[in-house]
Amino acid sequence: MRRSKLLYVPFWATYVFLYLPIVVLVVMSFNSGESAYSFEGASLRWYGELAGDERIRDGLVNTLIVAAGSTVIATVLGTMLAVGLARHARSKLLDAIALMPAVLPDLVIGIGLLVLYGALQFTLGLYSVVLAHGMFATAFVAAVVRTRLTGADTSLEEASRDLGAGPVTTFLRITLPQLAPGIIAGALLAFTLSLDEFVIAFFTIGNDDPTLPIVIYSMLRFGVTPEINALAAILLLVSFTAVIAGQRLTKIGERGPRAQD
Amino acid sequence: MKSEVKARPVSPARGRRLGALVFLSPGLAYLVVLMLVPLALLLSDTVFQRGRFGGIVYEFTTENFERLLDPLYLNVVVNSLKLAALTTLIALLLGYPTAYLIAQLPRKWKTVALVAIVLPFWTNFIIRVYAWIMLLSGPGLVNSGLKALGLGPIEVLYTEGAIVTGLLYSYLPLMVLPLYAAIDRLDPQLREASANLGASAFTTFRKVTFPLTLPAVMTGSLFVFVPSFGNFVIPELLGGSKSIMVGNLIRDQFLKARDWPFGATLALALVVALVLLLLAQSWMARRA
Repeated sequence: MRRSKLLYVPFWATYVFLYLPIVVLVVMSFNSGESAYSFEGASLRWYGELAGDERIRDGLVNTLIVAAGSTVIATVLGTMLAVGLARHARSKLLDAIALMPAVLPDLVIGIGLLVLYGALQFTLGLYSVVLAHGMFATAFVAAVVRTRLTGADTSLEEASRDLGAGPVTTFLRITLPQLAPGIIAGALLAFTLSLDEFVIAFFTIGNDDPTLPIVIYSMLRFGVTPEINALAAILLLVSFTAVIAGQRLTKIGERGPRAQD
Repeated sequence: MKSEVKARPVSPARGRRLGALVFLSPGLAYLVVLMLVPLALLLSDTVFQRGRFGGIVYEFTTENFERLLDPLYLNVVVNSLKLAALTTLIALLLGYPTAYLIAQLPRKWKTVALVAIVLPFWTNFIIRVYAWIMLLSGPGLVNSGLKALGLGPIEVLYTEGAIVTGLLYSYLPLMVLPLYAAIDRLDPQLREASANLGASAFTTFRKVTFPLTLPAVMTGSLFVFVPSFGNFVIPELLGGSKSIMVGNLIRDQFLKARDWPFGATLALALVVALVLLLLAQSWMARRA
């Protein structure tokens, strides 16, 4: 196949565009000076300042609380929803409702919840964010688990029923273990989405202690400090490691049936 | 176990209904209360009046919809459409060749190239915006580069260009992935046949490759356009206060102006616009 050399221009432009800001961020995080713009010398000064910053530490703890809480809700309810929709009630309308939180703009979800919590006279706080994140994460977990259910073999479940196991035993012993990889993938997705989520949290947190993305957002509005560079570098490292580990894990998972790959 | 073996078998239909009730009701109740009820509240707010001190006065009015047509607000909507469309166009111009070349790479490099496309997408959204504040601001890298070329300095942060850059940076991966999936699936024999019949590389692209990947072009464009159109964080942090987009307007109605009915009306307009786009996309995908 012939391909024009000209095509390499946008190709490399894309990668430079995607990685230039990241490289600059990481380099500047090791800056010894006060400036976020000129590099004065290498040091770990800003990592030290970061470790001592209570706002950041509290934000991180709040973020983890929200992510953990919403992941538990979403994993349980999303899995049940997926099983129910695939096995018990086929309905286009219910499918659409289960997928809607994943499609609606986050801004609309955020203001909708603000209005709802207002109408219920609900005091906003971390738990209102947990409920909000749990809601959209439920849609993602249900969608992921659903992909494992459609096209899955139901003969094991039928065999279990024929051998006299009740529906509860069949679900716990047969269906659930079969779904485990999908449930784990869904839970990981829910956790990651919650960690990163800003808009919905912004509308539903009220005056409570903010989550980490909100802390960073309010720091940005008062100007740039190299401390954020250090934080960014750490977050980048964490998410890069998680993505690459996830990639490796799915590869190992796939290796079984097609070893010739 | 024993009691279950003895238990009278439930009729399949009844079992299914019971299963549906047990499995579906908690999740659906949750989604109804936290998603459908808020949407219904927003929808009903659009026909009511704002109270003098915020809040809502439950008297019917069409005033909120009339205000939508006020040139002041209409301009913001048009401006958002323009910026989101520009972002989508640039994403397509960068993303198509990128996806095309990734699809031609040897298997091993393909995975690396694809992971490299999605990696930035999995880092914190606010951090990604922050990186551009740093690069674009007065003494930042962009102006240093211009200075080295004997140009500048120019104001780049707090311009519409900065907004488009931020939107592009945030959503470009969403353009590349569906395009890659579609191009990778294409049968290479089609292009070979076209070349054998004497078509130039460009004619082959125009007449064979591009039409076959048109649904993916639509999908990718939608993935970029939708979050760009309703965004308020990027216009605020990179655009300053000068140029606001529809997302900022909605945010301000809820958190600053305390005019919830008008904010809800703007949100309804946003959702209606997006639904129309989705319908247009699925209609075009079916025709293709």
